[in-house]
Amino acid sequence: MIEVTHLTKTFWLPHRVDALADVSLSIAAGEVVVVIGPSGSGKSTLLRCLNRLETADAGHVFIDGIDVLDPKTDINRVRAEVGMVFQSFNLFPHKTVLDNITLAQRVVRRRSRAEAQQKAEALLVKVGIREKAGAYPDQLSGGQQQRVAIARALAMDPKVMLFDEPTSALDPEMIGEVLEVMKTLAREGMTMVCVTHEMGFAREVADRVVFMDAGAIVETMDAGAIVETGTPEHFFVNPEHERTKLFLSQILK
Amino acid sequence: MRSTASPPVLKRPASHYVGAASFFMLLFGLLAALYVATMQVDYVWRWNRIPQYFAYKQTIETRAEADGEVAALAPHGERRLLTLRSEEGEQTLDVPAEGLRVAVGDSVYAGDILAVEAHWRVGLLMQGLWLTIQVSVIATVLGVVIGLFAGIARVSKNPLFRWSALTYVEFIRGSPLLVQIFIWYFVLGTLFNSILAKQGFQQIPPLWYGVAAMATFAGAYVAEIVRAGIQSIHRGQNEAARSLGMSYPQAMIHVILPQAIRRILPPLAGEFISLIKDSSLLGIIAIRELTKATREIVTVSLQAFEMWFICALLYLILTFSLSMCVKYLERKIVV
Ligand SMILES: Nc1ncnc2c1ncn2[C@@H]1O[C@H](COP(=O)(O)OP(=O)(O)OP(=O)(O)O)[C@@H](O)[C@H]1O
Ligand SMILES: [Mg+2]
Repeated sequence: MIEVTHLTKTFWLPHRVDALADVSLSIAAGEVVVVIGPSGSGKSTLLRCLNRLETADAGHVFIDGIDVLDPKTDINRVRAEVGMVFQSFNLFPHKTVLDNITLAQRVVRRRSRAEAQQKAEALLVKVGIREKAGAYPDQLSGGQQQRVAIARALAMDPKVMLFDEPTSALDPEMIGEVLEVMKTLAREGMTMVCVTHEMGFAREVADRVVFMDAGAIVETMDAGAIVETGTPEHFFVNPEHERTKLFLSQILK
Repeated sequence: MRSTASPPVLKRPASHYVGAASFFMLLFGLLAALYVATMQVDYVWRWNRIPQYFAYKQTIETRAEADGEVAALAPHGERRLLTLRSEEGEQTLDVPAEGLRVAVGDSVYAGDILAVEAHWRVGLLMQGLWLTIQVSVIATVLGVVIGLFAGIARVSKNPLFRWSALTYVEFIRGSPLLVQIFIWYFVLGTLFNSILAKQGFQQIPPLWYGVAAMATFAGAYVAEIVRAGIQSIHRGQNEAARSLGMSYPQAMIHVILPQAIRRILPPLAGEFISLIKDSSLLGIIAIRELTKATREIVTVSLQAFEMWFICALLYLILTFSLSMCVKYLERKIVV
């Protein structure tokens, strides 16, 4: 479903950063891949290169057989198939929850108002906030906003969902409700790439965990290697590489 | 929660009242000083002469053109059709029913007044004010259209649009409006009108060159306001829209601009207030807007002091009502 080969991206301003240095990754349909790594390791950049929010310097990205980086590719059509959920939600503050979810359906998918609303309402039920359809984003909690953002992306009927630290801007008590929605999605067979350090989520639904550092994939682990150690929220992973070990020892207290 | 009880009475310190009293003393002091100064130069204030420049009553007299006799007075709506029979033949005149000075059978001499009527006419000052309003409104509308496109072009990735807009904005903002008016009138105006004349078309009056100068001038400032408004919207908004598959124009129209409008509105109002005031420069290319009209009145009436104060007051009324309108709009747009 997703084929990434030798992807390279360098930022020159304010100073040279090799955000992606020859990254290759292959993700099959229905697979759930969790990407972890220290801050600045290029996780967001990798995700943003997948739907060309960031243009890679070299390498290839194929999504469902379509060459994403080919300038002749209609990128808007690719993006409609690739949902993205951001750390900071990025809901449209001037539109109600319902309108947030119907907007792209109507202007991109050209669905009728009734059809778009029907879809939006079904998705609001799915993410568990049916009663907030008429509210504005700033009237919702962070967890609710992120669930609306997921519904907004799902409304396009994407083939792939990209999550960039969807829970790291949330208060701890709201993380669970967002992860629940993501788990449901994973179990339904959605192809997902998630940047997240929620190891419980990774253990439960991920197929693989990819560790990135300094713009490169250092190690790919089987999600089965994540072991819950007695108490919940405590995990044990035994990676091969020293850098992975060091990083995991920091996030798995 | 809005409380229904009356707000608590604010207890103000004594210094507040001292300050307020000083303010009014200063104000009246200045007015008195002005008055005394004008007495020194024997200036006679004649405020009663001012209203005629807003509107005045013009009397129209209908006079007989030859000796003769009033033959008939036929009703004609509110008016009468007066038939005057003379040696040269019959003549029918349309006269008001009220203000009729003759009756059927009266004999009249050439030059006699047959009827008088009075009409209200718009005074020069009002004509000037109206022209100022018209010029400002048209220039504002055009300026917004130009500014919107130029502002969007300013944030475009395409160098053709970005650099064109930048050149336009810098050129306009870097030279005085007065010079731009001259360029529009004496350079472009001469060119256009000569070409039009060669092709046998009608000339474009100076008014339109003036409006064009004002509109392009305002457009450059509006462009900068629009650019700042667009850039003030968080990058994440554009990314969210684009990640859903919206094209750049779709994201602009549905996501960025609706949010930017609210931030654009207050500085935009400031820009249009300047525009109203700057329109006073158009007098130099023979456009009789408020300032030019005032100058003309001053030349004939010699009541310079009253007229210039009135002129300033009229501008103040225009600008103040505009800023009130915008305040109202702003409150309406808040989501
Ligand atoms: N638009 C940009 N301009 C310049 N440098 C950038 C830009 N975006 C990212 N970078 C740099 O690229 C590197 C990788 O950034 P990226 O955001 O992909 O890291 P990340 O792994 O997502 O980190 P985090 O966990 O903090 O989100 C960082 O050093 C960052 O400073
Ligand atoms: Mg990141």
